[in-house]
Amino acid sequence: MDDKAITLQVRLTQTVPIALDVQLQCGKGEMLALTGPSGSGKTTVLRCIAGLHRAANGMVKCNDQVWQDRQGKTFIGAQQRRVGLVFQQYALFPHLNVLQNVAIALSHVKGQDKKTKAMHWLSLTNMSGMHDKRPAQLSGGQRQRVALARALAREPDVLLLDEPFSAVDQLTREKLYRELALIRSNLNIPMILVTHDMLEVQQLADSLCLIHHGKTLQSGSINDVMRKPETARIARLLGHKNIYTANLNANKQLHVLGTRIDIHQQTALGTGPVSVLIEPSAIIMHRNDRPSNGERENPLSTQVNEMVAMGEDWLLKLDVLGTNEQISFRVSRHVAARNNIETNGKLKVSILSEGIHLMPAAQATSPLP
Amino acid sequence: MAPFLLSLKLAFWTTVLLLPIGIVIGRVLAYYSFKAKAWVEALVYLPLVLPPTVLGYYLLVALSPNHAIGKSLGAFFDGPLVFSFEGLVLASLLVNIPFAVQPSQQAFASISQDTREAAWVSGLSSWQTFLRIELPQCWLGILCAATLTFAHTLGEFGVVLMVGGNIAGETRTLSIAIYDSVQAFDMGAAGAMTAGLLAFSVIALVVMRVAGLQIHRGR
Repeated sequence: MDDKAITLQVRLTQTVPIALDVQLQCGKGEMLALTGPSGSGKTTVLRCIAGLHRAANGMVKCNDQVWQDRQGKTFIGAQQRRVGLVFQQYALFPHLNVLQNVAIALSHVKGQDKKTKAMHWLSLTNMSGMHDKRPAQLSGGQRQRVALARALAREPDVLLLDEPFSAVDQLTREKLYRELALIRSNLNIPMILVTHDMLEVQQLADSLCLIHHGKTLQSGSINDVMRKPETARIARLLGHKNIYTANLNANKQLHVLGTRIDIHQQTALGTGPVSVLIEPSAIIMHRNDRPSNGERENPLSTQVNEMVAMGEDWLLKLDVLGTNEQISFRVSRHVAARNNIETNGKLKVSILSEGIHLMPAAQATSPLP
Repeated sequence: MAPFLLSLKLAFWTTVLLLPIGIVIGRVLAYYSFKAKAWVEALVYLPLVLPPTVLGYYLLVALSPNHAIGKSLGAFFDGPLVFSFEGLVLASLLVNIPFAVQPSQQAFASISQDTREAAWVSGLSSWQTFLRIELPQCWLGILCAATLTFAHTLGEFGVVLMVGGNIAGETRTLSIAIYDSVQAFDMGAAGAMTAGLLAFSVIALVVMRVAGLQIHRGR
């Protein structure tokens, strides 16, 4: 479909000042989350797209416009690229009021229309009535709204968001998520969100590009990357906990967590050692009051090792009895209370084989951190 | 009155000519990294630690008509620069470089890289970014540089005496006139001139301190 055609293509390689080997693409109206641990090169990639950094070798192409070519002949500067960039620390101009901060990005608009346009973008970001305030008079959330209005006022071909929610409190963050989700539904341009918060990725983005040490490890739709990481290392970087080494036999049986599990899905992996990811949603807790769906499938006896409060949930870490392995998953507080779950208590769980993902054997020993 | 007016004239020209240079050097030192940066900074700040007589001596030698530099500058200015007002201005420019550069450098350094980059991605050229984003945030630092340069030139003694001598109406500045009055036991005149210089210096420092505080608050 035309609307979803790839409009931003990026291929970057360099060795200094930090090594980069990154490839990504993003379509109109798509929000791509660029994620990875701190120092992995996310912001540098964003700066390359914005024209603030020139990778030694690379290609940046947007809407058939070449912003940087592989031959090193073409490099369009940041001023000419029409990129909207929202900075982590807002980067508002402190000597200008809110209206002037937005209007400065409207060099393509003439005369009185400039004020009208600036007010329009401020109203879209819920900042109407604050136009004469200076940045120092605004809260963190308000500053970020102005920064977003300024980025949108450029009427950009690409919107880049560099950890835009990291400097605001949780409550403001939730509000900004909602506002951004509403605004982005009307934006038909590629959007790239840099973040290392996987919750943020799942709430806001359509696709994901994971980079580590400046290298693209995997990219694709959120569902594909999260549920089917290509390696155990990727799974770990995505924040998955239940990663194990196991043995796959010729009968497509997996020996893991002290039990044998039949694998039904297709796999290109041969017999022998493999890495295994068990999705938290594939772990079924046996209830006290009545049988749970699927509890006959791959039952495990465990002992509660640790219970950590995570908002409305408990994060349970269970020792699988008869093994040295542990398994983690979340359970809501009321379910935990109803089933008398407590530290050192016994608990039966089942593993649904459809939630098991196989990966090539990792170097690390089991269980992976 | 003549020495006071001459000092004001010298301070005015030194400030007017040195301020743009100080802004450019201060901005380069604040924003760019290059191999010889440590050497450039050392040269810029050298007049702060060098005794004025040492600097004065080198200037006297370099500006003399017997030296290649002095000869070519003399040809350009239609007369030798030593013991002339033009020579005094040149000496003052060199002596005051650190006073013009340091406040400018600090003011530019106080603007975050993100802010400048935000201007570029908003479509502002480097020149527009300088005029519309950097200068409005740096003006207090630049005012500081101007005040400091002006006040320091007004009170400069060693280099002025070495390069300009003590020629009434041409090179006899206020500080040299004070020295002259004391030598002639005219303590009344020396006291009046000293009080004027002291008052001006105090005002200049207060202006500079207030500007410095404003810059600090603005960060």
